[in-house]
Amino acid sequence: MTPWVLRRLGQMVLVLLGVVTLAFFMSYAVPGDPARLIAGPNADAATVASIRHQLGLDASLWSQYTGFLGRLARGDLGTSYALHGAPVSEQLALALPTSALIAVGGVLWQVIIGVPAGIIAAYRPGRAADRIATLGALVGLSAPPFWVGLLLIYYLAYRLSIFPLTGLGDPMWWYLALPTFTLGLAGAAWYARMTRTQMIEVLRTPYIQLARAKGLRERTILLRHALRNVLTPLITMIGMDFGYFLGGVLIIESVFGLPGVGKLTYDAIDQLDIPMITGAVLCAAFFVVVMNFLVDLAYAAIDPRVRNRR
Amino acid sequence: MSALLDVEDLVVRFATPGGEHTAVRGVSFSVRAGERVGIVGESGSGKSVTAQAVLRLLGPAATVAGGAVRFDGRDVLAFDRGELRRWRGAQAAMVFQDPLSSLNPLVRIGRQVTETLREHLGLDRRAATAKAAELLASVGIPDAAARLREYPMTFSGGMRQRVAIAIAISCAPRLLIADEPTTALDVTVQAQVLDLMDGMTADLGTAVVLISHDLGVVSTFCDRVLVMYAGRVVESGTADQIVEDPRHPYTRALLASIPSLEGELPRRLPSIPGTPPQPGRAHTGCAFADRCPLAADVCRAEDPEPLELGDGRLAACHFADRSAG
Ligand SMILES: Nc1ncnc2c1ncn2[C@@H]1O[C@H](COP(=O)(O)OP(=O)(O)O)[C@@H](O)[C@H]1O
Ligand SMILES: [Mg+2]
Repeated sequence: MTPWVLRRLGQMVLVLLGVVTLAFFMSYAVPGDPARLIAGPNADAATVASIRHQLGLDASLWSQYTGFLGRLARGDLGTSYALHGAPVSEQLALALPTSALIAVGGVLWQVIIGVPAGIIAAYRPGRAADRIATLGALVGLSAPPFWVGLLLIYYLAYRLSIFPLTGLGDPMWWYLALPTFTLGLAGAAWYARMTRTQMIEVLRTPYIQLARAKGLRERTILLRHALRNVLTPLITMIGMDFGYFLGGVLIIESVFGLPGVGKLTYDAIDQLDIPMITGAVLCAAFFVVVMNFLVDLAYAAIDPRVRNRR
Repeated sequence: MSALLDVEDLVVRFATPGGEHTAVRGVSFSVRAGERVGIVGESGSGKSVTAQAVLRLLGPAATVAGGAVRFDGRDVLAFDRGELRRWRGAQAAMVFQDPLSSLNPLVRIGRQVTETLREHLGLDRRAATAKAAELLASVGIPDAAARLREYPMTFSGGMRQRVAIAIAISCAPRLLIADEPTTALDVTVQAQVLDLMDGMTADLGTAVVLISHDLGVVSTFCDRVLVMYAGRVVESGTADQIVEDPRHPYTRALLASIPSLEGELPRRLPSIPGTPPQPGRAHTGCAFADRCPLAADVCRAEDPEPLELGDGRLAACHFADRSAG
């Protein structure tokens, strides 16, 4: 088991290095001159050149790259061009908790809504419960989240005043209830579909028939024998979504006025704030890669066949 | 002596996208306590569906459209969930065909054995584990206590079928239904598994319904044999009667297709010419008529009723009273 984990860790580091390199060249190749942007349209050539020198943009590509890597290793993502020279890592650290809360909440809602719906639908395919769940999934899949979010804000926050309108406050979960629900509802339909398909497949297997023939309780059959076999694809989805949401979910953040990574990234792109964009991209990629690794670890924990294959 | 299991005029229908079809068309048989009854027939003849209907294991696409299943005089088809749960595994158990897929790949062997013991015998974890180790040892698995902690993937097919048998007999059931328990195994392993089933069920006095497409296997293991074709029992009698004096041409064809143990092995396993009728396609007359050497006009016009031939044997053939010429 351990050598496999080490190998997998090594792979992860390689992928991250690739992502870092890509991010560097992306920021290098981007159109527009950041020095000119900072200096303003009226600055003369000498000013622009001195700013370029300050930013290290006049050094060779290689030394810029190694400098970038060296700073990265120290957790230094550079300073924002736009936000008065604020360190990028600081800005990300400010936005990340919000995004993390949105991500956790969104994934939780997806699982809470989607998985039971999928199980119920799979239990008696074609029956009423299945049809209701399928219809619900269709609505969930086709309803744009910003529209659902606005509806929720209008009815539950504005008209009925049950929830706060926008922004963050105390208690946190009160403010995050609607945004995370909106995010979760959009994804829950995928979870329901995937769970239903997998569950139907599993419920047909001989080992479930044997579990029934053994006179086990329905609950035991479902939780001990069936669900465990649906868990692998489910964990993939959870892990991927979590990593993805940690990179910021712009629509949710803008509809509900939340200061997360999505908003930060959007503003950075708007202002051609290259260090900030690079930092956000690296942050998003980092979470996706790490979640991928954790998903693989979870596989191995669940399935003895995976443990032995590697 | 009254029957332990009594199946009467069982009819099972499947709803498929292509329409409804009847997989089991009026099957009747009974099994006495401790008796061994074999069910043979080509693949698709309705053996597994019959077995699953008896244990109420059919999926949502199937309905039992008629007939009765009685166990010890109790109406199995009327059991509620609780009665069904207390009956299955405790009094009536099953062994499936494919040992590679009938154990859960993600659950330790120990758990898969102990869960039945805990459910039906009310044993605590420790007692169930001890009993499970004993059971695995008794079905010939070396180092049983240690292997309880392993997963099915570390067991060979034959070993897994031994585990399945251990699970099936763990609560000393009165009836064991084994649906082609050796079909997926190597020939040498087949004999060992049959021997094991023989010994274990004889010790417990468990009645066995052994399903197989191999009349040779069934006739050596069982007291009585049912021959199924296209969802019906076409002939039944003692194993000796069926082998020595078959009355249905289909039974004769099955017998002829058993490779002889003497002389050279045939190049290809002989099989019965033709194919069984398509399920779902309505036909008049005897379902075997198109493949039958004796078929006459009456066979294509009228489906033969099972005919009592004395000594408790039955055959559903217009010419059942004629012995093989
Ligand atoms: N899940 C199913 N859906 C539809 N039809 C089925 C299903 N299972 C079995 N059948 C039908 O029942 C017939 C008998 O099948 P089965 O009892 O499995 O045969 P066997 O004698 O080989 O065990 C098949 O020919 C098939 O048409
Ligand atoms: Mg079968």
